[in-house]
Amino acid sequence: MIQPTQHRFIFDNVTLRGRGRLRLDEACGSIPSSGITVLVGPSGSGKSTLLRCCNRLEVPSAGRVLFSGNDVAALDPLKLRRRVGMVFQRPTPFPGTVRENLQVAEPSITDVTATSTLAQVGLNPEFLDRVATDLSGGEAQRVCLARTLVTNPEVVLMDEVTSSVDSAQRFGLEALARSLSSSGVGVVWVTHDLVQMRRVADHVLVVVNGRIAHQGPVSEVDTEAPESVRAFLSGETPQESS
Amino acid sequence: MTSIGWSGLAISLLLVLVATVISLWKQLGLERSIAWAAVRAAVQLFAIGLLLQVLLRPGVSILWAWLWVAVMVMIASLTVRQRAPEVPGLFPLALVAFGSSAVLTLGVLFGLGVFELNVRTLIPLAGLMIGNSLAATVLVGRRLVEELRDKRDEVEARLALGQPSHIAAKPYVRGALRTALIPQIETTKAVGLVVLPGAMTGLILAGVSPLNAVLVQAAVMYLVLGSVATTTTVITLGVQRRLFTRDHRLLLVSAESSGR
Repeated sequence: MIQPTQHRFIFDNVTLRGRGRLRLDEACGSIPSSGITVLVGPSGSGKSTLLRCCNRLEVPSAGRVLFSGNDVAALDPLKLRRRVGMVFQRPTPFPGTVRENLQVAEPSITDVTATSTLAQVGLNPEFLDRVATDLSGGEAQRVCLARTLVTNPEVVLMDEVTSSVDSAQRFGLEALARSLSSSGVGVVWVTHDLVQMRRVADHVLVVVNGRIAHQGPVSEVDTEAPESVRAFLSGETPQESS
Repeated sequence: MTSIGWSGLAISLLLVLVATVISLWKQLGLERSIAWAAVRAAVQLFAIGLLLQVLLRPGVSILWAWLWVAVMVMIASLTVRQRAPEVPGLFPLALVAFGSSAVLTLGVLFGLGVFELNVRTLIPLAGLMIGNSLAATVLVGRRLVEELRDKRDEVEARLALGQPSHIAAKPYVRGALRTALIPQIETTKAVGLVVLPGAMTGLILAGVSPLNAVLVQAAVMYLVLGSVATTTTVITLGVQRRLFTRDHRLLLVSAESSGR
């Protein structure tokens, strides 16, 4: 029996219908409280949809999502999103300076706190006065992560955050995720890149056709996963498109 | 009082002919549209003129004029919905927008005694208020939907930081309102510099002194400015409420959605 407190998130028969199709189909699984959990699967499999259910940007048609043992549907959505941060696939710097971006998350943030948050994501203090929309993709994504960290979240959802940055920035963002996880902030990372999955993950949830086809430590995925999942993870099965 | 008679109207059709000839010469293919527009304008104006002749007879109750205003609000709201089908729930929103604007602007003009309330003042002023707010009302609704759709990622990034939906939507609502209001502000600034506006022109042609005509025109410009500000604000508040859920999620707005 799954003990709710051992898991950051529990997906209990989560179903979501929308855009004329079944996007999640009785997805059952859990995300552990520690380490980096990677949601991996073909494009259109429902990984991002499942992730968005965690901070209530999407709401299941049936089933429930538990966060630290509590039904997400019963929690105040605004407070939930301060605890469960999210960084999106495409960098979304807001108009204005980096400082002003951080102030969106916390209007009373001091420069001392802002500087230390930027340091956490590998940006030096000079970035505070730079115009956020003028930054490179990798820098902007780091600003978005810093903005999320301003709310002191317990977990950060990272939805294919490296898909629109170059490889140097990609490894940098992966290292940041590792650093966050080591400091006690949970990380849920979505990717369709199987090589990245093996670099980043401590735990894996394989999402196929809206269902969680396998979950477990990444070290056991080649031995414990069903054959169809192993075939997909080894790259033998062509990735489906949505 | 200026009167052109039927012969004058017939002669003025020469100007429609000018537009038709230009269309033929430049191969614009608009001859039929020009002819149809001229015919429609004449028919509609005559119909309105006949109705106004009846309404402006001595002893006619002002309730008929208020009914006319209500019909204008209804037709304007239907027109707005037709021109912006992608904006959800626009018909009832437009009814509320034009209705609120009518209460506010006509309340100031008649309630504070700027104009005497009677059939002769109510119908034209209400018509000016509604007619001049139409374009801005359509524009602000479409603009807000476009902004929220095209910048969905940015909006959701704000929501994901724990911002309530009305705060997350603020920059985009502000942008849409500015887009809709700036043209009317510019028109108000330029009035009288480039062209003599319609109300003033009509009054002067009718024999009113230019000074009195100018005062009326200024009041009309302020009426329109106040009306545009009111209708666009009501529309943005209403559209914003329709596009976000109570638990602060942004609903999907597709380019093809009619929202009906």
